[in-house]
Amino acid sequence: MNWTKSAFIHLGILPFLLVGAIVFFSLQEERFYSSINIFNVARQSTFLIIIAMGQAVVLLTAGLDLSVGAVVGFAGVVTALILKGVLGTSPDAIVLAIALAVAGGLLAGVLIGLINGLGVALLNVPPFMMTLGTTTSLVGVSLSMTSGLPVTQIPDDFQRLFGYGRIFGLAPAVLFTGLIFIAMWILLNRTTVGRYFYSVGSNIRASQLSGINTRRQLVLAYVICSVLAAVTGILFLARTGSAEALNGQPYGLQSVAACVIAGVSLFGGNGKVRDVLLGAIFITILTNGMNLVRIESYVQQIVLGVILVLALVADQVRTKMIAR
Amino acid sequence: MADAATLGQEEADPPVGVDRATPLLSASGISKRFGAVQALDAMNFDLKRGEVHVLFGENGAGKSTLINVIAGAIQPDQGALVVDGKVVRFRDVQDARRSGVAAMFQEFSLAPDLTVEENIFLGAEPRRYGFLRIAERRARVREALARFGFAIKPTSIVSHLSRAEQQMVEMTKALLTEPRVLILDEPTASLSQKETESMFGLVRHLCSQGVGIIYITHRMKEIEAIGDRVTIMRDGRFVKTVEVATTSQKSLVEFMTGRSFEQFYPEIPHDPGEVVVDVENLTTANGCVSQVSFQVRTGEILGIAGLVGCGKSEMIRAVFGLEPLRSGTIKVNGRNVPTLSPGKLLEMGVAYITSDRRNEGLMLLRPTKENLTLSSLGQVELSRAGWLKIATEKSFASRLGERLRVRPLDLDKLVVKYSGGNQQKIMIAKAMGRATRIFLFDEPTVGIDVSARVEVYGFIKELVAAGAAVVVVSSDLPEVMNLSHRLLVVRNGEIVDDVGGQDISEARVLHGFFGTKDAASLH
Repeated sequence: MNWTKSAFIHLGILPFLLVGAIVFFSLQEERFYSSINIFNVARQSTFLIIIAMGQAVVLLTAGLDLSVGAVVGFAGVVTALILKGVLGTSPDAIVLAIALAVAGGLLAGVLIGLINGLGVALLNVPPFMMTLGTTTSLVGVSLSMTSGLPVTQIPDDFQRLFGYGRIFGLAPAVLFTGLIFIAMWILLNRTTVGRYFYSVGSNIRASQLSGINTRRQLVLAYVICSVLAAVTGILFLARTGSAEALNGQPYGLQSVAACVIAGVSLFGGNGKVRDVLLGAIFITILTNGMNLVRIESYVQQIVLGVILVLALVADQVRTKMIAR
Repeated sequence: MADAATLGQEEADPPVGVDRATPLLSASGISKRFGAVQALDAMNFDLKRGEVHVLFGENGAGKSTLINVIAGAIQPDQGALVVDGKVVRFRDVQDARRSGVAAMFQEFSLAPDLTVEENIFLGAEPRRYGFLRIAERRARVREALARFGFAIKPTSIVSHLSRAEQQMVEMTKALLTEPRVLILDEPTASLSQKETESMFGLVRHLCSQGVGIIYITHRMKEIEAIGDRVTIMRDGRFVKTVEVATTSQKSLVEFMTGRSFEQFYPEIPHDPGEVVVDVENLTTANGCVSQVSFQVRTGEILGIAGLVGCGKSEMIRAVFGLEPLRSGTIKVNGRNVPTLSPGKLLEMGVAYITSDRRNEGLMLLRPTKENLTLSSLGQVELSRAGWLKIATEKSFASRLGERLRVRPLDLDKLVVKYSGGNQQKIMIAKAMGRATRIFLFDEPTVGIDVSARVEVYGFIKELVAAGAAVVVVSSDLPEVMNLSHRLLVVRNGEIVDDVGGQDISEARVLHGFFGTKDAASLH
């Protein structure tokens, strides 16, 4: 009993949920722990993991970024249009086209991150409203850039490179996720900038009085978050071969859910990137498992919602236990 | 009907003096623990009819917890509460009120956007068939305000009132329940001399009617003026109950601190050197500070004294870049500082230690280590090109913690779990992490216990001896008078007096506070 209590205080509710889900689905359905399914879960969870790690940085600063889903769509559209545009004028310059398209997609992320960050840091717009605003506009921008139609016929070279090919025997998305995870871990645990994300979210006034440029930190958080969403947009395009404005829509709330389940505090200043990884994997496992045991999609939504609220309640209880 | 009720009440309330021997209220063996902190430890207390019983002790001694228990706001873990010979267990504040125990806390329980009359009857509105009886309520509020001698309009919005007026509203609210036990928690903290006098008048009047009053104050003069008995608390425990008439101030402090009075403030050598901060004609944008000039020297403590809210904190906050300026120049180490910001001033060797630990000072839910090193992370000792030197950070933090005697030092412990005194030390230690020569202390000992206080003073002494320049802004008059080598007295955002060493006296400082010219006009 004491052991579970201290595990709960240190790790949050996530380990319990994760173990619970794995045991439950393994008992229900043999296919759940087949190697093919494990491979599937790993691949399916990558997008959410990358986005959730970005979301976590914003949440650490006591912010919130609802626009990640819209950025996934927007970056995909920008990348796809540049690819097709360059190849349309010079069909042989595939390397140049891919380089420009990826750079363009990432820049799109930087741009949106700057808009969000400057709005929050300089104009003091509440993060919820700021990113809700950019979400709405951004979907409009993407839709008008594509006239509301999916952009398809993406060159095969691009799709193989970032989508279904293999690098060192790994799916590109899995490899990128691993690299980004390591980079984020180092950023948050081994650099001053990373430490300042925690301090800004924990007490922004104290951070200011300690000589930290809190505005720069806020802007940086939103830029990192949007760039990671843009990376996902590019990988998404490579896997599906089609770019649509609404491609990333579910990720906005799912990424917040993954972070919250992972014990990232919505009040800022607390959260570990390792747990965020597990949180995103948990949500994927949950969806995957429920699909396997053929739970209706409507019921799946109910389950997800209930678990999210439970996780928030558990987080409150835990904060109280920590403060005591 | 009404007559019968009045008659019944008179019978229940024996005339003054009949039953003064048995206590009106007594608490025995009260214990209360919050997590790791034993806030009350077998505390005893008793209150007679018609007396003012002062609770005396340091911050954190458990006074607030005790009155919260008596007022029903907190349920004790152990111990019994007896009112009128009957054992009671209050479920909540309302329950206590029904038994005749009412409290006026320091933090008001008023709804700021409602009017005075709405607040006074909040939750007990006179009604008929579910509708409010506005006229009756107003009449009763008028009558009550007049009876207690408070000149407040019943229709004013509470947030528009001064703090003193808000306190009167709070008091009226408490008194309308006709309590037999009234708890007053530092009722004069924000009152002027005149308002204090009328508060005392009211307290005496209530006593003459047999109401027992539990009175918390830190001011010796008030204890002498109004107290009958004093109960001293230390570390959540009962120390002693004494008669005011036969007890000296000195022994009260000795009971409170458990040490003798003389050891309290250190003797700090005065060795004034060069001017390191030179403020000229400073006026802040919000007008809180106007046309202020002062100089800070090395090897010297400059005290700044004044009433709460007079602009004394803003003077040093402005120096640290926390208050926008309208005019004036600030020179640090002889150089003009064009754009004032905390980052810039930290670089120039200036540190500001805030009075608001919770909101401005500490990251409460982060580990102690991170708090200690926060403002030093950019220094070469702790990072190179943005990469943290994790191992060095740990030893750096533990050196700082040891130096300020944070006890027990645990670098991974969340700051929120430390006592106020340790939190204060962590905050000061944070400022020490850099090569700082100029320290601006804003209320350096607010909300910390006496042993931590003595350590903080000792620490300030070390700083000055090492040639630092120190400014101490404090609302604690004995503190700022005893520490300062030079004392600025501030009233309404202006420096009204600049007193050197031997000339510092309480009378002179108080004249400055209230704008009186000499001792005669105080009375």
